[in-house]
Amino acid sequence: MDHTHDHGHDHTHGHDHGHDHGHDHHHHDHDHQVVPDDIALRVKALESVLVEKEMVDAAALDEIVDAFENRIGPRNGAQVVARAWVDPGFRERLLADGTSAIGEFGYLGGQGEHMKVVANTSKVHNLLVCTLCSCYPWPTLGLPPVWYKSAAYRARAVIEPREVLREFGLEVPEDVEVRVWDSTAEIRYLVLPERPAGTEDMSEEELATLVTRDSMVGVATVAPPSGDGS
Amino acid sequence: MTASSHFGPDRLAALPPLPRDEDGPVFEEPWQAQAFALAVTLSQRGHFSWTTWARTLADELAAAGARGEPDDGSRYYHHWVAALERLVVERGLGDASALAECRDAWADAYRHTPHGEPVELVSTQSHMPRASDRKRR
Repeated sequence: MDHTHDHGHDHTHGHDHGHDHGHDHHHHDHDHQVVPDDIALRVKALESVLVEKEMVDAAALDEIVDAFENRIGPRNGAQVVARAWVDPGFRERLLADGTSAIGEFGYLGGQGEHMKVVANTSKVHNLLVCTLCSCYPWPTLGLPPVWYKSAAYRARAVIEPREVLREFGLEVPEDVEVRVWDSTAEIRYLVLPERPAGTEDMSEEELATLVTRDSMVGVATVAPPSGDGS
Repeated sequence: MTASSHFGPDRLAALPPLPRDEDGPVFEEPWQAQAFALAVTLSQRGHFSWTTWARTLADELAAAGARGEPDDGSRYYHHWVAALERLVVERGLGDASALAECRDAWADAYRHTPHGEPVELVSTQSHMPRASDRKRR
């Protein structure tokens, strides 16, 4: 895939941005949306014309597309995470320059956006959100789930992330910092979850099967294979 | 809901072989799933039969082969979209100029929507607006 988007500037915002759903973090041309490929626009045109003429029902279309939310690039992100768990060199490259490290798998594409990978540790838990539903690293994570696109998640994830995580069944200890990463037109994030205990003997391929989409968005952790995730 | 609950294996089998695994179709990019959903929904609503759809898609793939395009599946959904556009026009569900105008309007909407706001097309009742004269209502 072409990747002509290499600006060479390193965006290190993220720790504190997102509290204002800010429009203040980019002051240049990229403030606006990236225009999708021609083929994607043709599909949008078909959908718009047919929905407007009531030939199809938008909700029925969404229902089918939502049924495939795990069917687009479903295991790509999991393979990236598993590699980072077993290969310290890859992990280092991944955290330093997510775009090119993930590019080693050939998973770039989409709109040529930068990928920044943020690692969970015993002191930090990362959570992804976007005020715009289409900002989602779909080449690695597939289609965004319905809740990710919901207004409630988009608003609350930045205001009360711990409460949101609690509703997902994830209790983050008070001494662990929660960092919320709000996607931008230029950067999509991916959470590198912690490798669960008891997986020392597992191969990279086996590890990849443990990694869920939710763990890479940051609303879950990766459970050990025994099934006892508590 | 499972990915295959909308259509039985027979319906997939009727199509020229599509990218899939044991659970059903797989997509490389979101627009492919959207195009897939459009064909399924139009057929379910009775705008054309699934057999007609399979034949139109097969024609499109054959035409691509005749043009010398590689038949490796990499452009399967490009042909899917072309077949969909053709059938939509043939059946009078939409006309080609409306599709072209709407495509341009979407491109324009992406160019002019600030990040952080959903990209929306401002439409009129009767036809898709030209990109140049869209007005907010």
